[in-house]
Amino acid sequence: MVDLSVDLGFLKLKNPVLAASGTFGYGLEFKPFYDLELLGGFVVKGLYFNPREGNLPPRLIETPSGLINSIGLQGIGVEAFCREILPELAELDTAVIVNVCGEDEDEYARVAEYLSRFKGIAALELNISCPNVREGGRCPAQSSDATFRTVKKVKEVTPLPLITKLSPNVTDIVSIAIAAEEAGSEAISLVNTFLAMAVDIETRKPKLGNVIGGLSGPAIKPIALRMVFQVARAVKIPVIGIGGIFTAEDALEFMMVGASAIEVGTANFVDPDACLRIIQGMEKWAENHGIKNISEIIGSLKI
Amino acid sequence: MVIDRKARIIEVQDWDDYFLFRLESPEIARLSQPGQFIMIKVSETTNPLLRRPISLHNCTGREVEIFFQIAGKGTRLLSQKKAGDILDILGPLGRGFSIKNEFKGKEIFCVGGGRGIAPLYYLARELSAAGARPVIFYGGRTSADLPLKSRFEQADWEVKVSTDDGSLGFSGLVTSLVESELRHRTPTFLFACGPEAMMEKLAEICRKENLPAEFSLESIMGCGLGACWGCVKKIRRNGETKYLKICQDGPVFSRDEIVWQEKENG
Repeated sequence: MVDLSVDLGFLKLKNPVLAASGTFGYGLEFKPFYDLELLGGFVVKGLYFNPREGNLPPRLIETPSGLINSIGLQGIGVEAFCREILPELAELDTAVIVNVCGEDEDEYARVAEYLSRFKGIAALELNISCPNVREGGRCPAQSSDATFRTVKKVKEVTPLPLITKLSPNVTDIVSIAIAAEEAGSEAISLVNTFLAMAVDIETRKPKLGNVIGGLSGPAIKPIALRMVFQVARAVKIPVIGIGGIFTAEDALEFMMVGASAIEVGTANFVDPDACLRIIQGMEKWAENHGIKNISEIIGSLKI
Repeated sequence: MVIDRKARIIEVQDWDDYFLFRLESPEIARLSQPGQFIMIKVSETTNPLLRRPISLHNCTGREVEIFFQIAGKGTRLLSQKKAGDILDILGPLGRGFSIKNEFKGKEIFCVGGGRGIAPLYYLARELSAAGARPVIFYGGRTSADLPLKSRFEQADWEVKVSTDDGSLGFSGLVTSLVESELRHRTPTFLFACGPEAMMEKLAEICRKENLPAEFSLESIMGCGLGACWGCVKKIRRNGETKYLKICQDGPVFSRDEIVWQEKENG
């Protein structure tokens, strides 16, 4: 029997596998496929204060082992979420993490403050890294100062633990991670998608309605892994690894380089039960290697 | 209820780049409605990455049928599957066509363009079962785009075909054929599936004739489950115009709901 639980300090997870924001709807979409309580947790789709329309279609383009999306955070807004979805999620015995968005620092704080009034939320993931909502893919996670300010501002209005989600579209991701840590973030999750595009050579037009989007899937895994490795060595707070995780082996790699937990994203689209498969695969691997607590492998990379 | 299952291919028929697969899938056959679709895993590798949405062509007893055209890498891989192979399918998904009680004894136009004919066989069967009289309009660029003509004719429905190049049936667009039939016939409803330009034109014709209609849209989909919000279309509903998910709120929408040509965001 393997103990799969991991302790993030502010949050104990029954296993290290979280479903990633934007790939798992509001959670309930996956209820037909398995018992959501089998998950370490899940991160619901990013919420702004108000409902949001999202970007002009087409919003998805497949590339070799990858997917470029430019959804633009379409969603129902925080009030409808708390009224219509959260009561059902709050009943679940698993970590429900809410992804928080904002047009500016004030909106991040407003959304976080509103969510803090409700029961059933284990933590907030601060989405300062969506590449699809501002021109040129800009986001607060591209600047240490903006990251620090946003985290600080949200910390002031919520008692909920904060996981700051970083963008890979930066020159030095470590400095951004440190800014989030210094501002009081309880954890870091990385990475969001890589800015990307594709062109239709017949029409000479971009394949995405929004021109550029964010690349996810197995194509980005090695780069995401390298960034998690660098960040995990530089910060003291727990790191959650994200980026093209499709198998238990992928998840184990991220944990070995220092991730305390991982998020599964695009894989949920291909196999609705991808998270479950990964949990089972990790358990089996640990059994085969005589590991009693999965947390033993966190940061166990030998260099 | 959505089923994630392995389904064995019982039979494959092919016509150049069009394919008809018969699959053994008792659960999906039992749960499905005309106009719904399934998501099919076309590769065990990550290239291509996503499943492909394919509409249900027919459901009988323990079997479902799909009809598709090679449109890219994914459908090409799917087309290379053989009888006996096992497909990983997810479904039935989406909201299908509305078959109403008042259709009984009435004429219902079913218009398919190219591979858009796929869901109309299942639809016409259910319309017949409900006592309606389906009239099939089947349009293609050339006669090679009408491989299911004889299948529809054998089902004993009135079938009218058109080709853009005049190689078979009415010479011209299927929309022109529908328009000319409407001069002397008064169907109760129109269903259509095909290229958007065809459906947009049909919506315009139906509005002019005061003929209610439903259209089935096609889209690239991320998940098919409503989780990714990748397959949206601007839809007017309940006094609002907003992006709805083709996979979950559709793929079938009614005549005046669809914003066909969306020029700008917002």
